Amino acid sequence: MPRMVREENQVQIEVHDLDFYYGDFRALSKVSMDIRLREITALIGPSGCGKSTFLRCLNRMNDIIPGARLEGRVCIAGVDIYRADLDVVDLRRRVGMVFQKPNPFPQSVFDNVAFGPRVLGLVRGRVQLEELVERSLVRAALWEEVKDRLSQDALGLSLGEQQRLCIARVLAVEPEIILMDEPCSALDPIATLKIEDLMRQLRDRYTIVIVTHNMQQAARVSDMTGLFWLGELVEYAPTDTVFTRPQQELTENYVTGRMG
Amino acid sequence: MTARSLRSAFDREVAAVNDDLRRMHQLLDQAIQRSLDCLRRRDPALAREVIADDEQINQMRFKIEEACLALIATQQPTASDLRSVVAAMNIVVDMERMGDHATGIAKTVIRMGDEPLLKPLIDIPRMAEMAREMLREALEAYARRDAAKAREIAARDDEMDGLYQAVFDELVEIMSHVPNSATRATYLLWCAHNLERIGDRVTNIAERVIFVTTGDMRELNL
Repeated sequence: MPRMVREENQVQIEVHDLDFYYGDFRALSKVSMDIRLREITALIGPSGCGKSTFLRCLNRMNDIIPGARLEGRVCIAGVDIYRADLDVVDLRRRVGMVFQKPNPFPQSVFDNVAFGPRVLGLVRGRVQLEELVERSLVRAALWEEVKDRLSQDALGLSLGEQQRLCIARVLAVEPEIILMDEPCSALDPIATLKIEDLMRQLRDRYTIVIVTHNMQQAARVSDMTGLFWLGELVEYAPTDTVFTRPQQELTENYVTGRMG
Repeated sequence: MTARSLRSAFDREVAAVNDDLRRMHQLLDQAIQRSLDCLRRRDPALAREVIADDEQINQMRFKIEEACLALIATQQPTASDLRSVVAAMNIVVDMERMGDHATGIAKTVIRMGDEPLLKPLIDIPRMAEMAREMLREALEAYARRDAAKAREIAARDDEMDGLYQAVFDELVEIMSHVPNSATRATYLLWCAHNLERIGDRVTNIAERVIFVTTGDMRELNL
């Protein structure tokens, strides 16, 4: 996958007629969606609507689920990520993921961030590694809080700090796209706002796709919002349109809390 | 709280705002009617009442604005809910200013003192009736989310402007021929002008109704 240079409205992720099955259950139907480079795209919808499944199709996290099957096309920077010869490990480095519950390794703060670069051999020597860890922690807006306790156990951090550590861990392997699956649902409002601030900073360098149950969060942080409903993408439009004058009645009813 | 209970809390608060809007409309309708009564009867005592009662309309505006602010802060309405709350906040500002126009007529009546009317009141009462009717229909259109009705009301404002123009032409004609008539003609012109402005503000409400219904924000009657 070639690394992309930002131009106005440039599409980075192209999803075309995506169907996804868990065995006989069709979790996604004919989803087509263009996700633009260095924008924040929020996916909303009720539980079980397919939004997390969709997110996990973007870095082939569903591959390991037995009986799972995908039809259609997902291209990143013009390359079909489901083609047979694609390096999935490299794909997941370039398309990082942050989960609902912070999941730091039971290691030091430093080693958590250094883990990916070490495994992938991204750096040579201690100094380069330290620089990369610091840069990742700075970009994850965590450096000031942890710089004096890099050798402490990551599990001793607050949940909000742990989640930013997980984001730093993703940033350390120099991704282009960050997928976030309800990254704030375990966090208090202050920690949530910190992550949201961070997302807006990260937007300068990375494309972000976030699944959230919190519609106000989608409204606050994202450029584009897509509503999933029973495995279909019902509406996909600029966020302000979705929350002020949605075009679909289903969207209107969902965002106003009349159903869902 | 579940989505359903949040929704019912929202619906309850919106219903309270709509009740207050109806109450404010009653007060305003009375104010317009009574301003015309005091003009017809040349009754400065009634005029002073109209002026004093305008305070209730002002208070109602603030009450509704505050309720809408609280709704936005606590319920985070979106889409058509958000549009209707914001529209209510705009509508009450226009209504409050209509109250000021009624007060403007009452103040003119007090200034007129005992001087006889320059001419019989024909078009001005007609304008007042039209203003009240347009206002009532505009608020009904808001309550029913009726964009077609709102467009009709906005079109009626042309009629209102036509009546005002007729009054204006007639009074200017009188001023240029009848000696010492300018002051009394101007009084009547002020009254007509206040009513014409009410028509314009009803048009604003009609625009808001279209915005609530369609999400489309544009000026009617350019």
